[in-house]
Parts: sequence; structure tokens; C-alpha cells
Amino acid sequence: MALLTATPALADSTLPPADFANTQLRDPAKEARARDLMGTIRCLVCQGQSIADSDAEMAGDMRSLVRQRILAGESPTDIRDKLIASYGDYVTYDPPFNWLTAPLWLMPLILIGIGAWLARGSFKRRRG
Amino acid sequence: MKRGLIWLPLGMFALIFAVVAIGLTRPAERTVRSAMVGKTLPAFTVGAIVPGKPGLSNTMFADGKPRLLNVFASWCIPCIAEAPMLLRLKKMGVAVDGLAIRDTSIAIRAFLARNGDPYERIGDDRQSAVQLALGSSGVPETFVIDGKGRIVLQHVGDIRADDIPEILAALEKAK
Amino acid sequence: MAAVRPVAFVQGLLALLAMGLLIAVFMRSDMSVLLVAQNSHSDKPLLYKFAGAWGNHEGSMLLWVTILGLAGAAVAMLEHNLPKPTLIATLGAQAAIALGFYAFLLFSSNPFARLDPVPADGAGLNPLLQDPGLAFHPPTLYIGYVGISVAFSFAVGALVTRDVGPAFARAMRPWALGAWIFLTLGITAGSYWAYYELGWGGWWFWDPVENASLMPWLAATALLHSVSVLATRDGLRAWTVMLAVVAFSMSMVGTFLVRSGILTSVHAFAVDPKRGSFILALLAIYIGGALVLFALRIGTVRQGRTFDLVSREGALVANNLLLSVILGIVLIGTLYPIVAASFGVQLSVGPPFFNKAAGPVALALVAIMGAGPLLRWRRDDGNELVERMMLPIAAAALAGAGVFIATGGIAILPFLGIALAAGLAAASVAPLWKRNLRRTPLFTWGMVIAHLGIAVSLAGMASESAFTKETLVAARVGEPHRVGPYIVRLDGISPVIGANWSALQARLSVRRGEDGDWFVLRPQSRFFASPPTVTSESAIATVLDGQLYTVLGAPDEQGRWQLRLWWKPFVTFIWLGGALIALGGALSLIGRVRRERKASYREAYV
Repeated sequence: MALLTATPALADSTLPPADFANTQLRDPAKEARARDLMGTIRCLVCQGQSIADSDAEMAGDMRSLVRQRILAGESPTDIRDKLIASYGDYVTYDPPFNWLTAPLWLMPLILIGIGAWLARGSFKRRRG
Repeated sequence: MKRGLIWLPLGMFALIFAVVAIGLTRPAERTVRSAMVGKTLPAFTVGAIVPGKPGLSNTMFADGKPRLLNVFASWCIPCIAEAPMLLRLKKMGVAVDGLAIRDTSIAIRAFLARNGDPYERIGDDRQSAVQLALGSSGVPETFVIDGKGRIVLQHVGDIRADDIPEILAALEKAK
Repeated sequence: MAAVRPVAFVQGLLALLAMGLLIAVFMRSDMSVLLVAQNSHSDKPLLYKFAGAWGNHEGSMLLWVTILGLAGAAVAMLEHNLPKPTLIATLGAQAAIALGFYAFLLFSSNPFARLDPVPADGAGLNPLLQDPGLAFHPPTLYIGYVGISVAFSFAVGALVTRDVGPAFARAMRPWALGAWIFLTLGITAGSYWAYYELGWGGWWFWDPVENASLMPWLAATALLHSVSVLATRDGLRAWTVMLAVVAFSMSMVGTFLVRSGILTSVHAFAVDPKRGSFILALLAIYIGGALVLFALRIGTVRQGRTFDLVSREGALVANNLLLSVILGIVLIGTLYPIVAASFGVQLSVGPPFFNKAAGPVALALVAIMGAGPLLRWRRDDGNELVERMMLPIAAAALAGAGVFIATGGIAILPFLGIALAAGLAAASVAPLWKRNLRRTPLFTWGMVIAHLGIAVSLAGMASESAFTKETLVAARVGEPHRVGPYIVRLDGISPVIGANWSALQARLSVRRGEDGDWFVLRPQSRFFASPPTVTSESAIATVLDGQLYTVLGAPDEQGRWQLRLWWKPFVTFIWLGGALIALGGALSLIGRVRRERKASYREAYV
């Protein structure tokens, strides 16, 4: 059963949202790049939402930051790396490959290998 | 080989069971800690928000003296609770700088008039850009910065009386 | 032993009675019951008083055991194909599961706890749950979750009596199929509910709670396919039993993940680590026990028949393999943040990981799915298969080329998704070619429609991900804004009063293109007093080729209103496909049950 959370009851400031929190970039290609990145950045004060989906004020500030940096010509990878430098791997939904996440990323290949090896027993040897 | 294989599912189940059982006994850390602890402050410069008090920039922290960087806001209720502790720290000779998140000059002046002013400098972080660079995920948070501009401690949430020794110790160590 | 059937039946009835009583106290707003006081309010519309009975932890657990009891009763009354010892062992296993969950309910989640003094009124139900979705989604999903326990009990019964064979498979198949149909419906309904209720325009977030419902579905889907190899060709014996155990493990793991609060989710439940440990203990007893039994007994079950790599069985094995791999990826991806936490690292595993890791495997699965039904049992010829696949391959190539020419290239996964969906659509109806459609068995129709449903759903997902258009604006009254082919104009904002809420409602005039007809959409920002919450109610216009999705946001100091507008081409195909998959399952179930009944009549008369 999916019960859904309402917006968390955080104290909000009285200032209007940051410049680019809810304002798209003019250039559709840049906006698309920002959009893709925002979908993979985790909102820090919400329960499991990306900053693209969250109504939290801080998520708005982070969207604004992403759009401003994209507008300034930074690549999504650089922006993501900078956020990881500030907050650690928690901030990205796309876990960076390292010693700790290697089992996670290699798992599909390992599982296919084990599966194929197990399934082998059910097949006849080559016709003959 | 075949014999051993039969126990493989049970083994995998036991492994998963162990993982979640350990996870369950230790409640997950819900606050996101800054990854900047132990690193030099990121480069930033923000203007002043209150007349007569300078703004902030990362270069100001490399003056050889350890100090606190308090991330706060006038609209934040725990910040009011924390204010007397910051004043007490100031009385003990600790240098405190503030970073005002999403705030206005009027609101900050009223906040300082009501709750006291422990700050030497207050930076105006209108769109939380510096806060995001610091790896802070809410207000209030307090960073202990050593004399070379390196972050040595992050304190999440309001400072209470029993947090003061830890902060003083970090400041002492940072000398 | 004669008492086994009646006892199972009475147990089901009594559980149903308890659920009925809980619904009754909710309907009467009896605030002397703690659960009602915490989760209901006398002002609430009647539908939500009724459905509110399971809109909380205790009530939903009672629903869970009610379905468990009813499933046992249904097996006791309806199952006549199984040899008596196996049936008794099966009902025994079902009763043992029920025992554990009854204990859980009694000791840690009593839905009938009383409250004294009686409060004047209740705290109310989370407004996001005050939606017709609540009446439909949880019961459907639970029938699926718990229905899988029947397959588990069958597997345990068969292991106890060492009776794993085609007859066992034929007896288990309708039960597994029935549970799977409800799981499919429950997931589809839940996805649509989250899509329109949360107001982000997303339909799947790879959130732990969603994964918890997906994992049993993946296992049950694999089970359905392997059980047909066992029923038809007497192969994959151990594997089928294993899958039945895994499928129910996954629904228990899901329950555990959802209730224990071990992972952060956007779908909130009343979470409690203590309850989590209770479910975890049950998990250890049932699943651990079944796996020990499996390891002890499976050695004595003869290996089933073997077969050629290129054969219907071969394709079904590949299907099972890839479904299990996807299941493994989802399970490990979901649990990995806990693993990382034990190394002191905070980690998030989300959509980018699941899309990258499971996406290619799922696409390979779709390709095999197209070929499978066109293969002969036991042995087939690769070249002939390629000949039979010519049309689907051509359809895939054509769709791919069409998309490429029309758009000049899109991301690789959606691109392959659209091409493969076209190929699969052609391939899935291929088994009907040159057949007398009226004499084609119902279960073949079922397979065709279910596979077609996957193609339709996949096309919807790919199209949504590749072609969605988004417009965010701070709109002034009277100003037109464009999103995709639509023009949207804000006419004004007015207050609206509902049964237990008040709202600000935008009037949006919308038309498609410069000369389309105007029509009106009314997204709202709703305020509920108990508990005090603001929700945004999206307004959606559904047309043949997609949906226009509108959300009203906050005003700014210049009197402009924030609007979020999305044009999502063919997004409805996602849920249409889900409905087709469930329909295919239902046809297949009816076809199978009819055939079994005919066969048993024939036996009776010969």
C-alpha cells in the first residue's frame, strides 16, 4: 500500500523562491540537461525525493544552483561532483563507482553469470 | 558441488537477513553530514546584511585564529533557542561569524535586537549558495574553522549547554 | 484429518468477521477505539471512513491476515486436484503462516485497543489518502501479496510429501496466476494513484516501497512461466519450487521494508522498528524453514527432463533467468544503502542506478519474450525461428527508423524501448496467425494479450521518458502559455469548499493548437483542517495520444501564480498495458480452470 507523505512541515523563510527554482532556462537544450541532473540529485531535507520533485525550499535553492551553473556553461558531471564534495555520495541517486559500490554495479553481470551456470544443467548437451 | 549448491539459497537468505537485522538494530542516521569536514573552506564571498558589520569570505578565516561559523536565519525557531549559547561562547572569547540564510536586513536586525548579537561578521546568503557549498542541510548549524581556514567540526542543530565543551575542545585542538 | 478443510474454512470466516467489525467501528466513528481516534474523523466522507479502516498499520495488517485466512479457506474448499497428503501439508503450511501473523497482530498491533476517556473527535486521515485510490489499491495489492502465500504453501506441501511433478504444477498454477493478476492490478493502480496524487508527473520513482511491490511481482511472473514448463514438460522441478518460496519471501520482505522504517521512503507508513523485528523473526522462521526443507528434500526429487537450448523451454528458462536477475538487482539496489551504512557511508540508490542496471536486462527480456511463444517445445530450428520472427523484426526496425527520422535521435534506452515494443507487439499476436480464432484456447489468448500488454506498457514508458514537455510559469491572469501542442491560459483563482477541506482553485482555459476548442481544467491547492495539511490536486486532461497534466503552485508578491504544466504523450499506455496484462492473466486463468475441470470430468466418466 502506498501511503504518500505530505510536504514536510519545515519552517520556511519569507523570501520568494530563488531565481531559478521554478523558472526554466531559455535554451531548451540547457534546460533538458539541468532537468536530467535535477532528477538524480536527492533532496536533503525530504523523504526520498529528488530536488526536481520536491516542494521544499532547500530543493528550490538547489534547483536554482543547478540551473545557474548549467547556464554558466558547467557540465552536469562537474556540478554533481561539486555537490558530492559538499554532501558525500548521499546527494546523488546515481552512486559513484568505488570500492564500496563495486559489488552493487557489478551485480547484474555476476547474477547473469551465476544464472547461466545454473541453467546449463537443464539443457541437453549439444545434439549427439 | 551439487550438494553444496542446494544450500546456496539458504546462505543467500542468511546474508540478506544479517544485513537487515544489523540495519534494524542500528537506527539509520537521518541527518546528512557535510563531507567538507577536514577540508578547507570552499571559495566564497558574500556581502553584508547588517549595516556596520562586514560580510564574509573564505579568505577571512585563514588569519591564524580558530572561529565558529554559525549558519542561521531569523525565521528559524531553534536559532532563537541557540542564541544565548552563542552569546556565552562569545563571552568566553570565542570569535563567532554568522551566515544568514534566505533572510532580509530588517528581519536580521530585529532578530539581533531581540536575541542578542554574538557575531563579528554576518554574510548574506540569499539563495543558500554558500550553505550548499559548505554541505550544510539546515539551520542552525555551526562549523568550527581552524586558523588555516579548514573545517574541523560540524555541529548539526542548535547548540545546547552540554554541547559547549565539545565545541570548546574542537576550538582548542584547532589552535 | 477430516477436520482440516472445515477448520481452514471457519478460520477464514472468523478473520473476515473481525475485519467486518473493524470496518463497522470506522463507519460509526466509534472514538472509543484507539485506532479510529487516531486515524479517522467524524466529518470524513463515508467512502474514506470505510476505506480508512485499512489506511493505517493495524487495520492493514488485519486486512492482510483476513486475506491470508480467506486464501486458506479458498484452498480448502476449491482445491480438488491435489492428493490428500499434499493438500493437508499445504493447508498446514498456510495455517502456520497465519498463526505467525495472528500473533503479530495480537502482540504488537492490536487494531481494537480501546481509549478511555473517549475523545470528542478523531485526528483524521492523512489527506493524501483521502482518494478513491485508497478503496481499491491496498486490498488489490494485498490479495496479490498474500495470495502468493498459497503458492508458497503448495511448494512446502509438495516438499513435505516429495510430490513435485506436473500434477502439482497444474494444481498450483491457477492460485499463482490469481495472486499475480491482483499484484499486477495493485501495482498498476498504485502507480497511477501516485502519478496524479503527488503532483510531480512521475509514475515510478524506484522508491523502496514501490520496489517492495515490484519484487514479488517479478518472482511471481518467473514462477508462472516456470510452472508451465513443469506442467507441460515436467522440467525445472527444483527451480519452480524455489521460485514459489522466493515469491512469498519477497512479499514478506516487502512487508518488512515497508513497516520497519529501515529505509527512507516517500510513501509514509506508521513505522516502528519493534514491529520490524517481529516481522523479521517471522521471515526467519518461514523462509529460513522453507529453505532448509528445500535443501533437505530437493535432493530426493528427481531432476526433471532436459531440453535443447533453442526450444520453448529454453526461452522460458531465459525468461526465468532474466527476471531473477532483475529481481536480484532491485533487491540489492534497495538494500544497498543499509550495507553502505554499516561501512559508515550514507548512500542513495535511485532511478539512475535501476535504469542503467535493470533497463538493459529488461530489454533483453523483451526480445526473448517476442521469440518465446513462436518456438516449439523440446527442440526447434534457429533458422526457422528467424523466418518466423521476420515480421516482428521488421516492425521493430520500422519503429526505430520512424522515431529516428521524426526526432533526430533520443536517449538510447527509450529508443530501444520503442523499437522493441513495436517488435514485441507484432510478435505477441503472431501465435494467432493462421489459427482459427474461435477455436484458439482461452489461455493462448491470455498469453497473447498479456504479452501485448507488456509491449503497450513499454511503449508508454519510453514515450513518456523521451517526449514529455514541461513548462513552469509564474502566470498572470489572461496570459497564454504553451506546453507541447497545448495553449493554457489562467482565467482566475477562486475559493472552493469541499466536505472536509477548502481549496484555492485555478480556472485554466486550454486548447490544442491555435484553432482547437477551448476547454477548462481546474487544478486545486487544497487545505485540510484535520490533520492540517496542504495538498495539490492536479487536473489532468486525457486524450487519445497522451495527457495534459496541470498543477497549481503558490502565488508570488506580484500576483502571479506558479503553474506546472506537462504534456505527456502516450503516458496512459503505461497503465493501459498494465490492465491488458491483468486481463490476459484473467483469460488464462479462466481457460486453465475450464480445461482442468473438463479433464477431471473425463476422468470421472471413463
